[in-house]
Amino acid sequence: MAKQRIKLIKQLCKGCGYCIEFCPNNVFEKSEEITERGVTPPRIKNPDKCTLCGLCTRLCPDFALIIEEDEGDG
Amino acid sequence: MTEEMKHPLSDYLRMDRLPHIWCAGCGLGIILHSYVEAIQELSMDLDKIVTVSGIGCAGRASGYVNTDAFHTTHGRALPFATGISISRPDLKTVVISGDGDLFAIGGNHLIHAARRNVDMLVICSNNFNYGMTGAQYGPTTPLNTRTPTSPYGSIENPFNLVALVASSGATMVSRWTVYHVYHLKNAIKKGLQKKGFSFIEVISPCTTGFGRLNKQTPIEMMRQLRDNTKIMKVHPMEATIDPSTEIIIGDFVDVRKPTYGEILRELEAKAR
Ligand SMILES: Cc1ncc(C[n+]2csc(CCOP(=O)(O)OP(=O)(O)O)c2C)c(N)n1
Ligand code: SF4
Ligand SMILES: [Mg+2]
Repeated sequence: MAKQRIKLIKQLCKGCGYCIEFCPNNVFEKSEEITERGVTPPRIKNPDKCTLCGLCTRLCPDFALIIEEDEGDG
Repeated sequence: MTEEMKHPLSDYLRMDRLPHIWCAGCGLGIILHSYVEAIQELSMDLDKIVTVSGIGCAGRASGYVNTDAFHTTHGRALPFATGISISRPDLKTVVISGDGDLFAIGGNHLIHAARRNVDMLVICSNNFNYGMTGAQYGPTTPLNTRTPTSPYGSIENPFNLVALVASSGATMVSRWTVYHVYHLKNAIKKGLQKKGFSFIEVISPCTTGFGRLNKQTPIEMMRQLRDNTKIMKVHPMEATIDPSTEIIIGDFVDVRKPTYGEILRELEAKAR
């Protein structure tokens, strides 16, 4: 079975920070980036700590976090 | 969304309309997510669901789903939904709308649809104000809350929505928050399968209106939904709600009564 990982769809993110605040495994952190929409998206700092529980995908009000198959491209 | 990437919910959402209009941290996106995920987990046929909404930020929900959808006029989601429910009992009628739309201008429609036990699921986003028009106070605004139309604090007593709807005759009544995503999704799944008037109040932060005026960040508002809620199995009259201290949440009512449509069709058969 292919490995899965959490993925951020940056164009959908509005930078509310719920993923950073509520992930039980501290997978996200604030980034320094400002997107062309003026949003500061989170950064996935601890991908190895992610248990794929999916809480962030459901608490994200913007459908910006998904669990996808890991193609192994980093 | 432009990318060719497959979103896990792309069959259920109109991906071309995303990002949606809701503000950063607004709970409405979480309600929409719970709704479409509930449909997905039940493997329901999208052509057998009609999503109806009124006007307001919450009312925009019907525009993002891949079910049949009807964005109606302010306060009138329930009359439209009643017509759909009675004439097309083969479809599941779902209303997603705001506290103002459903309980201020639309309040009479709500209590009478519940009284008649019209078969439909009503998901009410309660953000304690009229978000879309600038966070004015309404019939759910807690006492003493500052809004642009109550600068010294609201002097009105708010409705307790679950108590009101239950006493009007609803056969399923729940209250959850957008922090309680799993409970919320399960309640929606139950409501989608239920026959009869089903009502789910979802406490949802209006981050730019209510939040900013009351000096709360979106994350503080979500923490409050986590910390100030208590899950209880109580009579809806006892399901008190005071956002700054305690909100009782849970599934409060689940009974079966003949629906308006069932009684009507029985009568039609008899009268023929
Ligand atoms: C007949 C009529 N009266 C007033 C309005 C203005 N109006 C638009 S949305 C709204 C209130 C929406 O509040 P709510 O249903 O709580 O939705 P929210 O924006 O908070 O999600 C009002 C009063 C209108 N569009 N039509
Ligand atoms: S005004 Fe309030 S309810 Fe409307 S989208 Fe913004 S946060 Fe949500
Ligand atoms: Mg509202």
